[in-house]
Amino acid sequence: MTDVLMPALSPTMEEGTLAKWHVKVGDAVKSGDVIAEIETDKATMEVEAVDEGRIEALLVPEGTQDVKVNTPIARLSGETSVTPPTPNFEPASRAEASGDPRRSTPAPVAGPVAVCLPVADPELYAGVNLVKITVRDALRDAMAEEMRHDPDVFLMGEEVAQYQGAYKVSRDLLQEFGDKRVVDTPITEYGFAGLGTGAAMAGLKPIVEFMTFNFAMQAIDHIINSAAKTLYMSGGQIRASIVFRGPNGAASRVGAQHSQDYASWYGHVPGLKVLAPYDAADAKGLLKAAIRDPNPVVFLEHEMLYGTEFDVPEGIDWVVPIGKAKVRREGTGVTLVSYSRMVGLCLQAAEKLAEEGIEAEVVDLRTLRPMDIATVVASVKKTNRLVTVEEGWGPMGVGAEVCARVVELAFDYLDAPPMRVHQEDVPLPYAANLELLSLPSIEKIVKAAKIVSYK
Amino acid sequence: MAREQTGEAGRRKANAAAAKPDMVAAGGSDELLKYYRDMLLIRRFEERAGQLYGMGLIGGFCHLYIGQEAIAVGVQAAQKPGDQVITGYREHGHMLACGMDPKEVMAELTGRASGSSRGKGGSMHMFSTEAGFYGGHGIVGAQVSLGTGIAFANRYRNDKKVCFTYFGDGAANQGQVYESFNMAELWDLPVVYVIENNQYAMGTSIDRSSAETHLYKRGASFRIPGEEVDGMDVLAVKAAAEKAAEHARSGKGPYILEMKTYRYRGHSMSDPAKYRTRDEVDEVRKTRDPIDHIEELLEKKGFADEAALKAIDAQVKRIVADAAEFARTSPEPDPSELYTDVYTEVAV
Repeated sequence: MTDVLMPALSPTMEEGTLAKWHVKVGDAVKSGDVIAEIETDKATMEVEAVDEGRIEALLVPEGTQDVKVNTPIARLSGETSVTPPTPNFEPASRAEASGDPRRSTPAPVAGPVAVCLPVADPELYAGVNLVKITVRDALRDAMAEEMRHDPDVFLMGEEVAQYQGAYKVSRDLLQEFGDKRVVDTPITEYGFAGLGTGAAMAGLKPIVEFMTFNFAMQAIDHIINSAAKTLYMSGGQIRASIVFRGPNGAASRVGAQHSQDYASWYGHVPGLKVLAPYDAADAKGLLKAAIRDPNPVVFLEHEMLYGTEFDVPEGIDWVVPIGKAKVRREGTGVTLVSYSRMVGLCLQAAEKLAEEGIEAEVVDLRTLRPMDIATVVASVKKTNRLVTVEEGWGPMGVGAEVCARVVELAFDYLDAPPMRVHQEDVPLPYAANLELLSLPSIEKIVKAAKIVSYK
Repeated sequence: MAREQTGEAGRRKANAAAAKPDMVAAGGSDELLKYYRDMLLIRRFEERAGQLYGMGLIGGFCHLYIGQEAIAVGVQAAQKPGDQVITGYREHGHMLACGMDPKEVMAELTGRASGSSRGKGGSMHMFSTEAGFYGGHGIVGAQVSLGTGIAFANRYRNDKKVCFTYFGDGAANQGQVYESFNMAELWDLPVVYVIENNQYAMGTSIDRSSAETHLYKRGASFRIPGEEVDGMDVLAVKAAAEKAAEHARSGKGPYILEMKTYRYRGHSMSDPAKYRTRDEVDEVRKTRDPIDHIEELLEKKGFADEAALKAIDAQVKRIVADAAEFARTSPEPDPSELYTDVYTEVAV
């Protein structure tokens, strides 16, 4: 007897919809037969039987949503080993294809990635109706609202139109705005980043999606030399109101070339604004602010957060100001400064620290350039201790910058040398255990917080 | 200069027969005199820039356009109001052809507050939104993607503008050029690619750098039409540019013009140009000089005698002398300018 398990379509998939059964109880199947269809918000695929046998039971009814990966979905009779089906994989993206979705043994898909806690902020949203939406849909809504508002705004990138987005962030935009404003590009990052920048110089407001920021390294010349510097070099004549956006940082098990955090690279450059939101409300509000901003903006998203739901204000023109950090948890014991997905780890670390009597204050930078150092300094003046947390490498990193500026501005308030938590100084390894060791973790944050607290 | 163009357009309209390329190429008196004057202005301007560089008044890199004047002037003559121009860092000539004030161009070379970029761009980074001149780009080949993007904006707005995107034989080997070709043809973008093939990418001759030295063929695998043009003949340049612009403007997509030309000076002021012989340079100057060519034509047709040409030369020299004096005496930018123009202020 063999259990057929819910397969993972991608390295980051945690659950999906069992869309259709192609077999019924009693049917004989052999290896390779399509037995079911699985859907997520990113992709669909067919599930094949990997063993011969007879369908003994369908454990999950057709149409069931949110079926967790590795849940038994059917039972086959026959003497075979327990093996999950081989997904007939359609890559949702190059990034995902480069992972190995064809898992031969069941593996925890989440890997080293911790679940992010949705954090509501009743104070900020007082009097506003909140709805739970994913970061993915928040980004989509931000683009749709700004495109309705301004005919000069358009979206271009690989698979943004007909495919509906490699990560489905641009879902339904082609249907609403047509192919003039939602433009599929060839796989040609240098060329289309330059083309987008040229269009911005001529007065349009492009949103350039990179399938991931790893591929934007081929385009970084235009982001920096053309978009960021030209206003200055032209004595204020040539503007580039453009947003470069896409997932940044480590996904899960996609290896060194697809797992880099570019925050410090872009944060280094005058002329750019650099945003890295954590929750859906910030993703939406900051992306709308970025699209409206007359300057080039690098907007760093996180694939691991796309599917996470958070509270987002409904029915209002929700714009979050660029350049403002947010205190996500108040505390007096230690300041944890972070951005993007690491904010979620900091919040969880703060809960653990609270159990040990240390009340951590969690500062979400949200904007990396211009950095709201005043909020960080105000927090350090209260806690007297600082830990920075970033997904990128430590040397010349965001944490290094935060520490330097706190030392310059609040040296006398520090009761301990600041500490940095960051990815280990190696290309991100593939092996699950090594990847886990390489990335920041709740345990590493807790440890650092205790060291600076002398506990 | 903009007014002169309007006058010229009006004259052409009055004489409909002149719209035929062969008749245009024949050139009328006003037209030839204008090209002569514009090319001469570029040459004298660049000679003076070279002098100012030698005197230490111009810093950094400085790439002179001497020898290639017929291209910027001839292409400009084919443009319509609103069309855009973008090129690399050998751009002084294009700016003058676009109608930018020689004073603000020279003052930018000397890094002064009255320069076109308020002294913050320098020789390689100049712009004028007013003149439709989008730079002035220092990274070889970058202007090709950017110019294709300007053309994308033209098509997005359906405003019938054409972006003239210049690059050299060196940039023609950059990958992004082909990424841009692909998208330009895929989306029928109104862009004319003007390749100024001056035979040398810095010190590397085209034979040593390019597997296919006929650069007009480089669009073939993207289905972009291309042709070779005598870039030393302003009338040939103009006729070819008109044909290419019409192709782009009518919605048929990009067009490639390979202008065969030659630069008389080194790649930049610091290049002694040891990679070619003195005889090679002299031969071109003697037999193919674009300004001499028009001068002969003017005299042959009886449009101008020696005295008239000397008067033009004197006028041009005065403009250049005034520009140099302006550039030498204008104040440097105020220190407060250091932190301006990094970001556009967000309207509240």
